[in-house]
Amino acid sequence: MTRRRAVRRLVLPVVALVGLAACGSGPDAGPVGLGADLTVVAAASLTDVLQEIGDRFEAEHGVTVTFSFGSSAALAEQLRAGAVADVYAAASPEPMARVVGAGLVDGEPVVFARNRLQIAVPAGNPAGVTGLDDLARDGLLVALCAEQVPCGAAAVEVFEAAGITPRPDTYERDARATLTKVRLGEVDAALVYRTDVLAAGDAVEGIDVPEADEVVNDYVVAVLEDTADSQAARAFVEFLLSGTGRSVLAGAGFDLP
Amino acid sequence: MSDAPSYERTAPRAGLAARLRVRRGNFELDLPLDVAPGEVVALVGPNGAGKTTALHALAGLLPLTDGRIELDGRVLDDPARRILVPPERRPLGVVFQDYLLFPHLSARDNVAFGLRTRGVPRTEARRRAETWLERVGVGDLAGLRPSSLSGGQAQRVALARALAPGPRLLLLDEPMAALDAATRLTVRADLAHHLQDYDGAAVLVTHDPLDAMSLADRIVVLEDGRVVQEGAPVDVARAPRTEYVARLVGLNLLRGEGRGGVVELDEGGVVHLAEPAQGPVLVAFPPSAVVLHRHRPEGSARNTWHGRVTALEQHAHTVRAQVAIDDGPSVLADVTAAAVAELGLGLGVPVWVSFKATETHAYPA
Amino acid sequence: MPASTSPDAPAARGRRRSRTGAVPAVLLVPALVGLGLLVLPLAGLLVRTPWGELGTHLTAPAVLDALRLSLVTATVATVLSLVLGVPLAWVLARADLPGTGILRALVTVPLVLPPVVGGVALLLLLGRRGLLGEHLDAWFGVTVPFTTAAVVLAQTFVAMPFLVIAVEGALRGADRRYEDAAATLGAGRWTTFRRVTLPLVAPGVSAGAVLCFARALGEFGATITFAGSFPGVTRTMPIAVYLALETDPESAIVLSLLLLVVSVGVLAALRGRWVSGVGA
Repeated sequence: MTRRRAVRRLVLPVVALVGLAACGSGPDAGPVGLGADLTVVAAASLTDVLQEIGDRFEAEHGVTVTFSFGSSAALAEQLRAGAVADVYAAASPEPMARVVGAGLVDGEPVVFARNRLQIAVPAGNPAGVTGLDDLARDGLLVALCAEQVPCGAAAVEVFEAAGITPRPDTYERDARATLTKVRLGEVDAALVYRTDVLAAGDAVEGIDVPEADEVVNDYVVAVLEDTADSQAARAFVEFLLSGTGRSVLAGAGFDLP
Repeated sequence: MSDAPSYERTAPRAGLAARLRVRRGNFELDLPLDVAPGEVVALVGPNGAGKTTALHALAGLLPLTDGRIELDGRVLDDPARRILVPPERRPLGVVFQDYLLFPHLSARDNVAFGLRTRGVPRTEARRRAETWLERVGVGDLAGLRPSSLSGGQAQRVALARALAPGPRLLLLDEPMAALDAATRLTVRADLAHHLQDYDGAAVLVTHDPLDAMSLADRIVVLEDGRVVQEGAPVDVARAPRTEYVARLVGLNLLRGEGRGGVVELDEGGVVHLAEPAQGPVLVAFPPSAVVLHRHRPEGSARNTWHGRVTALEQHAHTVRAQVAIDDGPSVLADVTAAAVAELGLGLGVPVWVSFKATETHAYPA
Repeated sequence: MPASTSPDAPAARGRRRSRTGAVPAVLLVPALVGLGLLVLPLAGLLVRTPWGELGTHLTAPAVLDALRLSLVTATVATVLSLVLGVPLAWVLARADLPGTGILRALVTVPLVLPPVVGGVALLLLLGRRGLLGEHLDAWFGVTVPFTTAAVVLAQTFVAMPFLVIAVEGALRGADRRYEDAAATLGAGRWTTFRRVTLPLVAPGVSAGAVLCFARALGEFGATITFAGSFPGVTRTMPIAVYLALETDPESAIVLSLLLLVVSVGVLAALRGRWVSGVGA
């Protein structure tokens, strides 16, 4: 009986500690790169494609690349607040501009990929979505990215171009979260990047939207001033722009500049 | 005369008719307890005798293992017939040792509690509560919380709270244990008065002989779960049957075999009696009848023994000395402090003890 | 109970000074550090606030929407937690069932779970394709996610365990003899609970409710995952702050300040009236 009592007394403090540790949400900045290690912070929608590129870069150059993915804007804020990284890849020019404005970028940012929006529906398209006007239908559950994030801003432009007022049920905090809702079947349709739809595999189907061709997100990459190894950082950016990099990007569904 | 069925012709037995049998681990209580309406029975006994167990069983806070509790003809607990009435449905009033006044309610609301649970509307319940508080003498404290009350005041409120719903059985658990000696005097007098006015059966658990003597109509002595003596306070005081009772009533008690004018004590020695006795007897005499001497006394006292002082205890202006008689029992003697000084009494000091045969009271064991 | 005075043990001459209320250095230093850790970040928030633009940021309708939504949902979640949590605490504290230890561990799971995981779990239960949600949709046409009710559920999920633990602790410490006394005065079990037990543990219940409200007000991960984020319906203040960080960090600071002021105000008001037993 004493042992049970002793364990019980421990439960609350331990629970509290773990709970406090687990309460955090949001992206964390990556570790500081040392020597032949690179830290790359990038938009969430680049997760799968950059990791593959990173693997190939490591194999060719023997440099370990550590990634930290998150919303482009949150990453920009962290960099401005002093987070240390070697390369920054953003899903749109605006967050990059803020980082440039803070004097943190070495050289000029370069557009390395383009992304366009696509309608994502759960496998089997249960609601029978055919085009953008379905996203204005009353009975459908629709998810969009919040306007404050790049894919949300792009979505606004697409709807304006099409002259349609959407009726979303939720504005998610980034493209991945939006896609998750589709994957889980919680919404009937969402407007996300083509690359996200491809990355989700069989769980999600994509429907092309002609108006989306007008609104294309430029993805920009830059080497940061603070980098510990500017040679390695530049090599990574070049690799991204090289034939190998471009073919991986194209395979993931990005458009190439 | 009437065509009522036969069971109605005998009047229902009023008051408490109980046979309390409770088994808890190694301890077994077997207490027949009958209390007539208006009667106050004091249940006394040493710690662990089972007094609190008995009280809790009567209150319904503890089920009987065997036996029966019947109040005013209504069965409250009968294990054999699987009848067990929970406390909230017994017409009870309990004054707990720590009073247990609800700390978040005023005195008035505490007293009104038992009325509200029985459906009395709030205003009426409060009015009756105030009347009761007046009656126990703390009417002006009605709005105060228990934490603002003194011990004596809280005790009165607890009594009012128990009596306000008009219970048929009143249980008091060491009602004055938490009070200091001075408060106890006044409170005891008032309690005696209220108990006299109360028309139901009352059971009072106490270890204070003064409580038992002054409040009870009858004393039941419990030792180790069994009744060892029962009777009116006067009778018990005169003829205690056990060491405990003797200590309680403040008498010396010796056991022995009566052989006419003397008693051969079990513990050794001989007591001269005023009246002859035969067979197993108990001999009682008060400590005030015992005289201490430094040298062997001469005089009419037939009982003269030698021993050593083993304890000295001051009670008010009297000193109670315990003397271990050589090859004999222990005897208590009351002497003045001055006498202690004069005789040079101290622990281990040899003394002579004497008391008159006429001071003794012998009765069959 | 009669007020009893317990005489202080005679103080050694050297220790007499510490009895007048001065804090020993051994405790004072860590206390100050702890206080700093809790208070200085808030000071940072105040310092960086764009005081000049306060008006523009605060009067945006989206802000008031989010604030109102946060306050309403947190209140409803707290009430729900009281209605469900107090009986649960009672069962854990008083019922002599064999599995109580496991039950208690289960109740504290939401405390350990990262809030987003909690949100996912809620989706898997009550989402359109969820265990229960599927049937709710098919039989009643009811979808829970993306509604304000979902916000309340998410907040209740993460905040109720605080209340349950606080109340259970209070119930364990309560003197059960008062309940015996109430029984002898004719109170049945429900009356005793209502008029004696609950008032006796009221300070514990209040403390639990305050913790619960505070946690619900600040809840982000489970809410955004389960309920989504739609202005006026499911976009609570914390979500609004997070999204504001994307494009307008100044706005985010102002919103954070607003949430801080409101939270402190609510807690201060509650503390005076309901938590008197704890503080006094």
